[in-house]
Amino acid sequence: MIFHRAMLVRAVLAAALCTGAGGVAAQGKIKVGFMLPYTGTYAALGTAIENGFRLYVQEQGGKLGGRELEYFKVDDESEPSKAVDNINKLIKRDNVDVVVGTVHSGVVMAMAKVAKDTNTLLIVPNAGAGAVTGPMCAPNIFRSSFSNWQPGYAMGKVAGERGAKKVATITWKYAAGDESVEGFKEGLKASGGDVVKELTLPFPNVEFQALLTEIAATKPDAVYAFFAGGGAVKFVKDYAAAGLNKTIPLYGPGFLTDGTLEAQGAAAQGMLTTLHYADGLDVPKDKAFRADYNKAYKTTPDVYAVQGYDAAQMLGAGLAAVNGDVGKRTQLVAAIETAHIDSPRGAFTLSKAHNPVQDIYLRKVVGTENRYEGVAVKALADPAKGCGM
Amino acid sequence: MDIAVFLVQCLNAVQYGLLLFLVASGLTLIFGILGVINLAHGSFYMIGAYLAYALAPWAAAHLGAGFFGALAIGLVLSIVFGYVLEWAFVSYLYQREHLQQVLMTYGLILVFEELRSIIVGDDVHGVAPPAWLSGSVALGGVMSYPVYRLFMSGVCIAIALALYAVLTRTRVGMAIRAGATNREMVQSLGVDIRLLYRIVFAAGVALAVFAGMIAAPVSSVYPGMGNQVLIVSFVVVVIGGIGSIRGALLASLLVGFVDTFGKVFIPQIAGILVYLLMALILLWRPEGLFRTS
Amino acid sequence: MHGRGGPRIWPLAAALIALAVFPQIGGSFYIDLALTTVILSIFALSLELLVGRTGLVSFGHAAFFGIAAYATALLSPAASAASLAWLVPAVLLITALAAAAIGALCLRTRGVYFIMVTLAFAQMTYFVFHDMKFAGGSDGRYLYVKPVLAVGGVTLLDLGRPLTLYYAALGCLIVVYVLLALLGRSRFGHALAGIRANEQRMRAVGFSTYPYKLAAFTLAGGLAGIAGFLLAVKDGFVTPEILAWHQSGAVLLMLILGGIGTLRGAVLGAFVFVLMKEFFQSEALFGAFARHWQLPLGLAIIACVALMPNGVVALPTQLRRMRAPLPHAG
Repeated sequence: MIFHRAMLVRAVLAAALCTGAGGVAAQGKIKVGFMLPYTGTYAALGTAIENGFRLYVQEQGGKLGGRELEYFKVDDESEPSKAVDNINKLIKRDNVDVVVGTVHSGVVMAMAKVAKDTNTLLIVPNAGAGAVTGPMCAPNIFRSSFSNWQPGYAMGKVAGERGAKKVATITWKYAAGDESVEGFKEGLKASGGDVVKELTLPFPNVEFQALLTEIAATKPDAVYAFFAGGGAVKFVKDYAAAGLNKTIPLYGPGFLTDGTLEAQGAAAQGMLTTLHYADGLDVPKDKAFRADYNKAYKTTPDVYAVQGYDAAQMLGAGLAAVNGDVGKRTQLVAAIETAHIDSPRGAFTLSKAHNPVQDIYLRKVVGTENRYEGVAVKALADPAKGCGM
Repeated sequence: MDIAVFLVQCLNAVQYGLLLFLVASGLTLIFGILGVINLAHGSFYMIGAYLAYALAPWAAAHLGAGFFGALAIGLVLSIVFGYVLEWAFVSYLYQREHLQQVLMTYGLILVFEELRSIIVGDDVHGVAPPAWLSGSVALGGVMSYPVYRLFMSGVCIAIALALYAVLTRTRVGMAIRAGATNREMVQSLGVDIRLLYRIVFAAGVALAVFAGMIAAPVSSVYPGMGNQVLIVSFVVVVIGGIGSIRGALLASLLVGFVDTFGKVFIPQIAGILVYLLMALILLWRPEGLFRTS
Repeated sequence: MHGRGGPRIWPLAAALIALAVFPQIGGSFYIDLALTTVILSIFALSLELLVGRTGLVSFGHAAFFGIAAYATALLSPAASAASLAWLVPAVLLITALAAAAIGALCLRTRGVYFIMVTLAFAQMTYFVFHDMKFAGGSDGRYLYVKPVLAVGGVTLLDLGRPLTLYYAALGCLIVVYVLLALLGRSRFGHALAGIRANEQRMRAVGFSTYPYKLAAFTLAGGLAGIAGFLLAVKDGFVTPEILAWHQSGAVLLMLILGGIGTLRGAVLGAFVFVLMKEFFQSEALFGAFARHWQLPLGLAIIACVALMPNGVVALPTQLRRMRAPLPHAG
């Protein structure tokens, strides 16, 4: 509380001093704090997000809202127990104007609370925890990625439309898994199917054999699985090795096959997944984005890079409206809320709870690509249960 | 649960248990004979998996056999690595208290993880098993069982038998078993205890690395994979009795069954079951199932 | 042996004054860092009772740290501030009971098996909070409103205010330190020291060691509970990772860094540990390599344990011995 007042006073003073000349004078740099996993299982995702963010800023000539940016970084190690201390490093030690992070839902829960308590601007470039745009929603918290519910719901609708009446679900027992399966159940019910068995195993356990046998014994019409990273690779391979993919189609949100296809190989071929991004999108912005990203970082971008890129776009939209004056928070927020983001995934807007309202695509695995097959659900908004905004 | 499904679950349990045995056997040897608590054992498993990933293309190009070539090279490299590590680092741990060993080997985990991150990066990778092992065997209409997993179990059993043969039928084996029970006596009988320790440590490392290599095709290769294996291996070693290979085998199978059937019947507390098992066994037999001292 | 009792007080007093004055000059981030370190010092002190004084190496002490943190979060109502008058005793009671129960079972084993079984129980507790719905699962749980102490409508102590929490934590640190120092001089403390020195001999003279070990285990757990309570209030958020074996390992590391066997070693170890991590993660010093901070940290841990096995408190003695290695005659 005391700190917040001091920051506001400082910002107002700075603004007063600088706008005296009646134009964009040489103001200080805007401080952006990255709280991302730079070590551990999600390190590759953290790097992709930061790369995407910096690419957008570079395209704008290194400035957002007419001001240059200064970056601060904290490695969150995907450790929820250190999250509060880590985000406080950015907010209280480095005095950043905006925090961008993170990947892991447990970490983002702590970040959202601190951001809400200190009224710090927070843009979440990945973690899909419902709480961030649900009970913890706040005017200063935005998300540029997705909510766990969205791709799940879309997949449920597609599964039902393809004739699945009895479906088994399997995931890790944590918030992201629960929310994804909840979304799938709703979507499936909406198109006439039902979930007959919900299997879970503790996160991040990857011994699936026992549960695969359970699935085989249940004989469902389809299986919906949510795993990410190493777990996703293992599950898809184990599923194929058990011969289940020949008779029971495996569905999942895009995380089952994003960034994992090289490792999954033949086991993933032909799989259908849903996500707000795909390879081979007929979106001009995407083609340009991919070319630029490839040139800058010598690798193909993935959905995480896109989310980082869009986080920068959202921030840029807000800063442009206030001419770089971060002190004008209400206008900044209003500008982001009403922005039309020209994203490589396709244009999107933000819901009242500050989550993207976007098309969810149906993709099919062909080779090492998740090829665009069509739109599963158009302009899908997360129901934002529990958000008071 | 009908009989066919039950039998398949038993197969799952045995396969998981046997892989655990491979890792735990190395750990129990190091723990039991050298008296060193080595927390970095999980890192050796991780190194094995990454070796399988990194060596396979090279071995395929130069030796014609991608997977088995990588296995052979990896095995040799791990023995050399274990030998050097013991000489340079572990030999200083023998005189120290357990607490110091725990913390120094904990520091080693951090070093290995970070070196891996710097050298190979943080991405998730897959390793392809050889083509002739990639198929599946139909099991009574329930599902197919991957041939490679059967191969893995076979290899683990072969290694268990080989370990048994070495420990009971060779002179080195006798010296090792004697060294586990009475170090000073063995030394006074003229056996070079330092060389013995070096061999045992290298063997322990090789077992863990080998386990990582053959597990790579089914578990895939990712950062942090050593951590999960580490704690469970310690549980297995303690249940079986520190220093006992027989105990490690029995305990691994026990853990395999408890974990597999626990996941199926009571998933909410499946995570706790293995530790509950260890606590119960230790309360009944405070030094494990087969104590060596 | 002169000057053992006297001069030792001065560094302690100086440190205390520095800690008390610090918030007036440090920025709010550094107050947070100091608070975290004070909490970790209390945690380390509680383990020092077990490891240093009684000789019981527990690899599962984080269990009590976490149980207290979760109890605080779960018992606090979602919309109003809980009263410290009942919250603190309740949390400490729950933690002490858990410690007594777990200790009763663990203490049936000895040596390296004791280390392993404490690890097992800590892992069990971890999975209880990690896998079961009531505790919020692996993503953790919020503590929405921080507790206060109010008498007749007048708020005496609002732990929601950072400075109040800081001084409350500092107060707890002093209380725990003094308590353990007094305990060390009591009959109970001497009994524990005897158990650490040679338990068999104690038993041979007819001394029943089990109740003393259990009492020490329970007390250590309860004191760790104070640290856990403060952590939950500070962060407003609890997660199962508080109970992970890494946390149990970290607190053992703090003890060995500072010096096992002394109270000030425990506190010093906590400070050294936190500062080392901050140092290696600092981008200002290491630039782009700071993302690989675990490498120098791991090497530093190995070096510290190898070269300074008796910790930082023993450093002056160690250096003195290195400078004058020859024994003096007479």
